[in-house]
Amino acid sequence: MTRSVTVLDYGSGNLHSAQRALARVGADVTVTSDLAAAAECDGLVVPGVGAYASCMHGIDVLGAAEVVRRRAADERPVLGICVGMQVLFERGDEHGEVSAGIGVLPGAVTRLQADVLPHMGWNTVRAPATSALFRGVGEEYFYFVHSYAVHATDGSVTTAEHGERFVAAVERGAVSATQFHPEKSGDAGLTLLANWIGTLS
Amino acid sequence: MTVATRVIACLDVDAGRVVKGVNFVGLRDAGDPVELAARYDEQGVDELVFLDITASSGSRETTYDVVRRTAEQVFIPLTVGGGVRTAEDVDRLLRAGADKVGINTAAVARPELLVECARRFGNQCIVLSVDARRSDATESGFEVTTHGGRRGTGIDAVTWAATGASLGAGEILLNSMDADGTAGGYDVEMTAAVRAVVDVPLIASGGAGALADFAPAVAAGADAVLAASVFHFGTYTVGEVKDALRAAGHQVR
Repeated sequence: MTRSVTVLDYGSGNLHSAQRALARVGADVTVTSDLAAAAECDGLVVPGVGAYASCMHGIDVLGAAEVVRRRAADERPVLGICVGMQVLFERGDEHGEVSAGIGVLPGAVTRLQADVLPHMGWNTVRAPATSALFRGVGEEYFYFVHSYAVHATDGSVTTAEHGERFVAAVERGAVSATQFHPEKSGDAGLTLLANWIGTLS
Repeated sequence: MTVATRVIACLDVDAGRVVKGVNFVGLRDAGDPVELAARYDEQGVDELVFLDITASSGSRETTYDVVRRTAEQVFIPLTVGGGVRTAEDVDRLLRAGADKVGINTAAVARPELLVECARRFGNQCIVLSVDARRSDATESGFEVTTHGGRRGTGIDAVTWAATGASLGAGEILLNSMDADGTAGGYDVEMTAAVRAVVDVPLIASGGAGALADFAPAVAAGADAVLAASVFHFGTYTVGEVKDALRAAGHQVR
């Protein structure tokens, strides 16, 4: 059965690629700012590029944070991508400006310590053996573009390294998130999105 | 593991068609940017750059359409540059499906454009494209040019790259106008000089000829190497460039 996926449009960046990539792997995709659609779909994608504060501003203007929290509480799937992953955490600290996040994942987003920033390009990840998102994905590369990240890693998360180790992906209950852009990560990214679609019900 | 060295293919697009001879065996239409983008994607290219060299503003719509159609089929990062003058131009390209937008002459004329664009879209999608040549007119010995390298500006290219990054460019595309089209190798001294002053990603461009040309640019500090004609003419494939980089000890995808 075709799964319905909503890509939340709150005014952040290029949603076209996420829409196309999800459609390519068989989802019935809608890009919308309609909160009813965001609440009812099989899977909700929270995209995001740019600054943490401006993404949270867009989400707050729409009143979408509560929809994401309710979905998480009800075990309804959510996938955050890039800054869309970061805003799922409790807070972000950019340029010393601390912004409250949606808070469905514990922890904070802080600046990466690396010689070259943004961390821009293709990098490998280390996923836990139990990961659903990375099932069938071997030593593949994914495309990252970011200067901030979640640092508190434990055995349950997928990690990558740029200057230091950081969280590349999270799977916690119905909430999934990737710091990289699966929609820009070629075949490996499409596999990951197909895996996520496969978890929807 | 660390981030892989990127190999980027650049396509010059005029009124929706790829120009600068493209000579690919087995392509239905060597002038179609979407078809070429898909071909390079198959070869394992890490990123694509479309340089819009369209002269007339009327043809800009065609560019947006090309970007849109490419983003529908090719799931790797796409940078679009050429003729970008305002934040609105950046917005339209991002909405069409570009992941990053290259700004060149307009930033030289008005550096605040970088600040405006970085604030509005994030520095991760703003690429400062620097066309530079060797010159006695500047302290570093490298000068920013405009109009395809024909016009000197008297601006120090190394200083400008650093300024651009501090104003909000998230990446520097450094194109040697002396080396461009010569196939005589990248200007590694210029690459190293810019690397020394910027901590955003740096793309070396201009001069790629032999497979042995790529690793020295990376050793000089480039995070990515860009080439055009060697790929278009089928001199070698993206995969062969990656093999050469790997053999030189650089990590590639």
